[in-house]
Amino acid sequence: MGEILQILLADSFWAASLRIATPLIFGVLGALLCEKSGVLNLGIEGIFVAGAMAGWMAAWLGLGLWGGVLVAAVAGALFGLIHAILTVPLGLSQHVSGLGVTLFATSASYFAYRTALPDVASPPRIEPFRPLDIPLLSDLPFLGPVLFQQTALTWLALAMVALVWYVLERTPLGVAIKAVGDNPDSVDAQGLSVHGLRIGAVVAGSALMALGGAFLTMSAFDAFFFGMVNGRGWICIALVIFASWRPGKALVGALLFGAFDALQVRLQTEAGALVPGQVFLMAPYVLSILALVIAARRAEYPRALLKPWFKGQR
Amino acid sequence: MTEDDTVLRLDGLTRRFGPVLACDAVDLELHRGEVLALLGENGAGKTTLMNMLFGHYLPDAGHVEVAGPDGVLRPLPPGHPQAALAAGIGMVHQHFTLAENLDALDNILLGAEPLRALRRHSARAREKVRAIMARSGLAAPLDVPVGRLSVGERQRVEILKALYRDARILVLDEPTAVLTPQEADALFDNIRAMTRDGLSVIFISHKLREVLAFSDRIAVLRHGRKVGEIATAEADERIIARMMVGADTPAASRKALDPGDPVLELDGISVTGRSARDSLDDLSLTLRAREIVGIAGVSGNGQTALAQVISGLVRPGAGQIRVQGRPLARIEPLAMIRAGIGRIPEDRHRDGIVGAMSVAENMVIERLEAPDVARRGLLQKAAIRAHAERLARDYDVRGPGVEVPARLLSGGNIQKLILARVFEQEPAVILANQPTRGLDMGAATEVARRLLEARARGAGVLLISEDLDEILSLADRVFVIHDGQLHEAVRRDREAIGLMMAGEVA
Repeated sequence: MGEILQILLADSFWAASLRIATPLIFGVLGALLCEKSGVLNLGIEGIFVAGAMAGWMAAWLGLGLWGGVLVAAVAGALFGLIHAILTVPLGLSQHVSGLGVTLFATSASYFAYRTALPDVASPPRIEPFRPLDIPLLSDLPFLGPVLFQQTALTWLALAMVALVWYVLERTPLGVAIKAVGDNPDSVDAQGLSVHGLRIGAVVAGSALMALGGAFLTMSAFDAFFFGMVNGRGWICIALVIFASWRPGKALVGALLFGAFDALQVRLQTEAGALVPGQVFLMAPYVLSILALVIAARRAEYPRALLKPWFKGQR
Repeated sequence: MTEDDTVLRLDGLTRRFGPVLACDAVDLELHRGEVLALLGENGAGKTTLMNMLFGHYLPDAGHVEVAGPDGVLRPLPPGHPQAALAAGIGMVHQHFTLAENLDALDNILLGAEPLRALRRHSARAREKVRAIMARSGLAAPLDVPVGRLSVGERQRVEILKALYRDARILVLDEPTAVLTPQEADALFDNIRAMTRDGLSVIFISHKLREVLAFSDRIAVLRHGRKVGEIATAEADERIIARMMVGADTPAASRKALDPGDPVLELDGISVTGRSARDSLDDLSLTLRAREIVGIAGVSGNGQTALAQVISGLVRPGAGQIRVQGRPLARIEPLAMIRAGIGRIPEDRHRDGIVGAMSVAENMVIERLEAPDVARRGLLQKAAIRAHAERLARDYDVRGPGVEVPARLLSGGNIQKLILARVFEQEPAVILANQPTRGLDMGAATEVARRLLEARARGAGVLLISEDLDEILSLADRVFVIHDGQLHEAVRRDREAIGLMMAGEVA
């Protein structure tokens, strides 16, 4: 017990939690935005891969780190557009289309990687985002290492939480997105475009998801590997329900998962001799499922989620 | 009325859906401060016409002209709700178009603020809404999610939405369908107040009573054509009914009969549903042979739960049911059918038929074990078909034949199919849940006639309906259901029953 307490009090543990949570923050915000408008985007896992691949590749080709982030967002937006066109004006099954986009985006990314680098055994490395060293603040005890030694992308993720919250709660656009996810007829009757709003939300949400992928190759690591996304997209889909479609709670959920993950790594080194390592690897997922079971009972789904809408049919 | 105060002119509006001519060159004029009632049976084209006016549908021919603030008529670009809104037309749909997760103020402002704006001007908007509420008398809580408002409040929010957009012409599609009589009267009082301010109103209805009481002028549609227009002062029920159906319809007449022995007894039935809407609270009722018992009430007060219990779809948590004096051991659909209960379900498309199966199959679906339907486990196709053709003739089920999927029939003919299936078995108890909802006058009259016929034969009929006029004209005894409890209406008067529907026990 004492060891766990020691882990929980260490600043390095909380710094790691926030770092692990960063891609999830992007992903869960993106998924939340799509679902608020009534579209489930299971393309998220593949869009993570595409963002990771496109951002890293752009940086490696010399567009710079921020150029890479932009390219990643554009790549995510394009795959989101495919999903949006299939599910919004064409009204196809959101599950099938989303899984299709995941397969397509994943394979296309691997294909692009292999085409660009046919012969390498290990991928070339880029110079990733460095921790932002903010004078004075980063010397604060505890808060300094936790908050002020993160990279710019973590700060961007935190800013996005505030931005998505602001848009949804404080702007007419956000009101319209929430309305179109609850009852598209309400939006249509007021002269707004149901399809326009949904396509916009899915494209913007997908761009956010891709930033989560870009964080992996441009901040957490410095290169692109196959399988590196490793289910993070699916975790985000679950976290949206945990968060009951609220940006603030989405941040909490992502941090909680990050903390579980950071904890299991540390417990593994502490108690690895006693318990098989796989138990610890499993722990964040099991704890997430438990948290979800508790939270999802009270979750209020957007009423029009999964329901296509066509003009003139009511 | 002078030419000058015309605020809206529909000119030859025509719309086809496949082979059906839903609207056929309809002309209509609306004057400033006028309440125009648009009357017609279901499928007459009323809603289609209004949807073209508002830009939900593109007309195949014809155009709409709206007066601007200067009073000059200008053509309205077709197919753009945004343009209709900008021209001062507000529409309140029969099915509310409200986002239930947002509060009333957000619903009202939705689309009224530019989407590019970085923030909302809630304080000023709230002030404007409050001013409109004070002027029109339409009040609704602004800060509660719409999902938690009552139906009447939701409707007021819908109207406020239109008024906030400075509507000068308000279109209301069956505004009273979901209201208690008192709420409906209050609504029309509010509309009167607004027309004095220069608002012009078109309301769609098929309730003759309210049309006669609250409109200035009546236009009647039949089969997509405007068949008549009359000043309300010169109209009476018979004249308009004849315009609507094209002929006099004999009203079903109810002869006094002495009721017989109890055929259905509910004793202390309680159901705990997911919400108060589908719960019953210690409900008791005795239905006797040769009587019709009417259950009035605003929708969502336990009617569905009551019907489900009697259909065997829901097992009550407490209480007993006796059919023809015998207690039922098990409450499940087949047991109910075998005990002699005939069911006319509320949602005829979902619960009344299997849409993908043929008309003939649907006619025998409740008695597949009967020897003329199946022998040695095989369906008797020829017999089923002959049986269906006979029933279709007797009950006037019209459509492209008995071998086509039942979903291809119109709503009225689906209901006749269900009537044929139920009445042919001569059940001791008939549960008729909203049997005429959505039917045109001809089909509704036929349903009423069949129910009275069953009563004369010796059946007990339990008629659940939200249409008070229907209950008053058919039922021998009237009950009101509110919050899962039944109360007998001692006096058969609209006022008293309306108050009971609102929860005030008389």
